[in-house]
Amino acid sequence: MQTSKLGLDFKKVESAKQVSKNIAEDVQKFVDGYTTVAVERTLCRLMGIDGIDANEVPLPNVVVDHLVDNGVMNEGVMFYLGNAIAETGLSTQEIAEKISEGELDITKLTIHTKEEINAAVQPYITSSLDKIKTRRGRRDEYLNTIGEGKKPYLYVIVATGNIYEDVVQAEAAARQGADIIAVIRTTGQSLLDYVPYGATTEGFGGTVATQENFRIMREALDKVGEEEKRYIRLCNYCSGLCMPEIAVMGAFEGLDVMLNDALYGILFRDINMQRTIVDQYFSRVINGYAGVIINTGEDNYLTTADAFEQAHTVLASDLINEQLALIAALPEEQMGLGHAFEMDPELENGFLYELAQAQMTREIFPKAPLKYMPPTKFMTGNIFRGQIQDALFNQISIWTGQGIQLLGMMTEAIHTPFMSDRYLAIENAQYIFNNMKGIGDEVEYKKDGIIQKRAQKVVDDAHNTLTAIENEGLFSALSKGMFGDVKRPIDGGKGLAGVSEKGANYFNPFIDLMKNRK
Amino acid sequence: MSGGLYSMEDNDFDQTLDLKKIKPYGDTMNDGKTQVSFTLPVPCCDESIEAAKQMMRKMGFENPQIVFYKQLMEGFTFFNCYGSTTHTVDYTTIHVPKVESTTMDMHEVDDYAKEHIGRKVVIVGASTGTDAHTVGIDAIMNMKGFAGHYGLERYECMEALNMGSQVPNEEFIAKAIELKADVLLVSQTVTQKDVHIQNLTELVEMLEAEGLRDKIILCCGGPRISHELAKELGYDAGFGMNTYADDVASFAVQELERRMNQNK
Repeated sequence: MQTSKLGLDFKKVESAKQVSKNIAEDVQKFVDGYTTVAVERTLCRLMGIDGIDANEVPLPNVVVDHLVDNGVMNEGVMFYLGNAIAETGLSTQEIAEKISEGELDITKLTIHTKEEINAAVQPYITSSLDKIKTRRGRRDEYLNTIGEGKKPYLYVIVATGNIYEDVVQAEAAARQGADIIAVIRTTGQSLLDYVPYGATTEGFGGTVATQENFRIMREALDKVGEEEKRYIRLCNYCSGLCMPEIAVMGAFEGLDVMLNDALYGILFRDINMQRTIVDQYFSRVINGYAGVIINTGEDNYLTTADAFEQAHTVLASDLINEQLALIAALPEEQMGLGHAFEMDPELENGFLYELAQAQMTREIFPKAPLKYMPPTKFMTGNIFRGQIQDALFNQISIWTGQGIQLLGMMTEAIHTPFMSDRYLAIENAQYIFNNMKGIGDEVEYKKDGIIQKRAQKVVDDAHNTLTAIENEGLFSALSKGMFGDVKRPIDGGKGLAGVSEKGANYFNPFIDLMKNRK
Repeated sequence: MSGGLYSMEDNDFDQTLDLKKIKPYGDTMNDGKTQVSFTLPVPCCDESIEAAKQMMRKMGFENPQIVFYKQLMEGFTFFNCYGSTTHTVDYTTIHVPKVESTTMDMHEVDDYAKEHIGRKVVIVGASTGTDAHTVGIDAIMNMKGFAGHYGLERYECMEALNMGSQVPNEEFIAKAIELKADVLLVSQTVTQKDVHIQNLTELVEMLEAEGLRDKIILCCGGPRISHELAKELGYDAGFGMNTYADDVASFAVQELERRMNQNK
């Protein structure tokens, strides 16, 4: 029997998890019947198609658009590519190039038998699964040889817009002690319905996520990691309209952490919920298979809604995200469920409430490398107070054993971090993590005190919210503004046109193979 | 390093306040004491500390003290410095353009609008262009508001629509036409490589092309926006840090009233 320092009723937690499971299964019934253009492009990439045409359109887009134009996207690229291989004897890349040049229409070829099609795609499937397994093995080998930093992992961002400049910033951060480097994406990339190609040096507020940029940064971090004797994890954004495509690119290039949350995209990027929930499932299957830790975006709810009043929505969403991840066979050890330190610094006893919630989240998801977000909403130009806000946040993290510490920068409200901001943030965290290391083991909470009562109330409220969502259905709940005070209609937002009900010939063998770790 | 806890320097400068020649204040009038921190792209060594000192002198500081330094990575060193500036500013001749309206609270704005405008004021706001940040526009418009200042949605006299983030200028204008907006609010948070300037300028140009510019009260806001910048770009007002829904609402109703009277 699990014991709680907060006097939590684990029967209630169990019940909340069951309700969340029902919610997730209801969503999955929808997901199983549909595919999207992003899922199909992902399959193109898994089938070995890469590169761009003369107009810089990625070939996976060319192939999928070809199916869309012929009105057969619902049958899926696996069927048509497999059939085209069987019929022409060409490689998938050659097929894509010929489609791009208008020399081949794969929707008009003689249809081969199911067995022939399966046989035709098999070598490509084996090859891409092997590629991902090799990458995963490489990470494991690093972890077994040079090892890794202590938890909470120190997570910092780089955001210069230029991948080569990012490498310099990332190296500096790693040398100072960062364990995870997140390369912030250029503003607006989440709304592009394709993934740009090649190394890039121009971006606003971040750097374009491309497979080549992933490779460049991975190589740089491996070099620093070997020298520093500490594996440095690389994080990017598996969100937006290209969710599963980014997942597969990350899997190929050895990324370790991915922001991966449909709810975030629905609420904060106005991406259509049907589209992104289907995309999310495949992306989580891939992330699970590749050993990638996903991060969810619940912390963002508290930037639009009040952190004290709406704490239970964060927990409710974490619980739903946990179940959606489990359905995709993503293990608990890879679930960086999100929460945040976002209460108003003027709130009396705010630290106690934050402590209660962080401890509560830890106890409810004991195996998850929880992603803890720093103060952002109440950070100001007063960088001196900002450094203290970040220090309080760091204290709670070491106290409650968080997994991934998104380091707060004292210049949060001013600019993307200077090299020195990152240093000061890392120093702040290392000082506190070392100085207060054992506090969580030493200190217990007063029975029925402020901390215990707070945690119990959040669990009760989350349970009520989840029950309401179960009755309503997740899609409908989202349209009524249950999270982050943001309302999104089921047919609204970006990307709905890319959703299609699966046809009779549709197949995606990767789902089962990856979920069963083949 | 520093000379200990107590300043042993002679205070042989004039210690009377002269508003024509003001200087930073540490603990004595006109001491000019300033704290500065920066990183130099050189290794941490005696030469780089001297380089930091020289940098301070070139920035106009006397008696520069490098009180802390630390190599951030090979070839980059961080410095914390203090110095006494030699520069002064004439405070008596300063003129800063400001939003010319009296700031009222929500109830006063509602009363003012009832009395002087007599109908609802239609306000459409958005974070436009590629900017994905809604924090600014939400703080001004959402019902709950920010830091105790209720948002425009809560004002009785306002018909407020927050379109959210990443709204293209075309869509923003289309919505303004559809709702017959009196006031447009544009929020810009991302300012890297001056992307906000291009976007704000584009909106003004598009409104002018549509012949709408004079019919609409056009405001922009964000942490890097000043009223002066806004005027320069062709906006009626700009709202920077530490301004709230009350400031925006007060300006909007008073400006609308002024325009209505002008047209009478």
